[in-house]
Amino acid sequence: MKKITKAMELVATSRIAKAQARVEASLPYARAITGVLTALASNARIDHPLLTPRERVRRAGVLLITSDRGLAGGYSSNAIKTAESLIARLKADGKEPVLYVIGRKGVTFYRFRNRPIEANWTGFSEQPAFADARTVGETLIKAFSAGADDVDGGPGADGVLGIDELHIVYTEFKSLMTQTPIAKIIGPMEVEDRPRSEGLLPAYEFEPEAEALLDALLPKYINTRIYAALIESAASESAARRRAMKSATDNAEEMIEKYTREMNSARQAGITQEISEIVGGANALAASGSEV
Amino acid sequence: MAQQLHVELVAVEEKVWSGEAEMVVARTTEGELGVLPGHAPLLGQLAEPGQVRIKLPGGEQVSYEVAGGFLSVSAEGVTVLAESATPASAAQGR
Repeated sequence: MKKITKAMELVATSRIAKAQARVEASLPYARAITGVLTALASNARIDHPLLTPRERVRRAGVLLITSDRGLAGGYSSNAIKTAESLIARLKADGKEPVLYVIGRKGVTFYRFRNRPIEANWTGFSEQPAFADARTVGETLIKAFSAGADDVDGGPGADGVLGIDELHIVYTEFKSLMTQTPIAKIIGPMEVEDRPRSEGLLPAYEFEPEAEALLDALLPKYINTRIYAALIESAASESAARRRAMKSATDNAEEMIEKYTREMNSARQAGITQEISEIVGGANALAASGSEV
Repeated sequence: MAQQLHVELVAVEEKVWSGEAEMVVARTTEGELGVLPGHAPLLGQLAEPGQVRIKLPGGEQVSYEVAGGFLSVSAEGVTVLAESATPASAAQGR
């Protein structure tokens, strides 16, 4: 028992380091793409559908990231709880939540409760690759663009029910000991149009035109955001599992110690009893012998 | 003194290459393009599949096959954003 949990603890520990390294490795790209988008947004008209909030939000997509395997303490259930409170809030605002779930735990949770899941992906929660994020992103972006022409009570001209808003629930990796699930809105996006201190922005040339470029760049940006959320969640999952396994190992150790002690004292009690019986017997014999 | 470009080639999962170079040659959706130091700021979408060649000072050259890429030229240097970048077989040096 102890050996199993200890092994899992060690595996999780090495996975944390790996996942953290991947978070690090993805930062340069995230920074660069944000920079490019900012430059683009301050140079071009921003009326891209992925950037403009819809007037009437009917269906809101919620992407929930959980783990595939259990034994990670409250990792998945905390994420689900956060998603649930987000869903409750969306419902209170009169929006219909649409669920997208990553990870077997989340899928099981909603299946068991007979709640509809629009789409789900499993099998990569611990070691996500960018290709996974792209698959997820493509589905979501398709749904998002399909939502543009929806009317009250039914799909619009394209006959597909889409979504008008996109939220993501993932677990933020704060440290080895703390991981907090958070909910963020990723669509429509808010591009920071921050004023730069270093004077005028350079006048960019665009190849192709700015609008076409924005079209190509924004989905990539969403995929990047999803990927970032995925790897951060993976780090959190491993950290949560490590902690769960650590306490399991500690408990096992405690139990082993307790039972070893109990066993020893039981054995000792047995020995003491035997000795006292022998001594008692010998005494009795000696007593009877002296009388003879 | 020959000016140099600061080049960064970043893929989603990691930073692939960074350093100083004399010229970057890439093909955008509009056409082949060479970037020398002092180039005007530019944002471009790279052709699919595209090859990015980085000419190093000293005549050597590094090239990468880039998928889903963007090119950004600013005063600070050149950044190539890629969904994936693999060293092309013709890569020399390094």
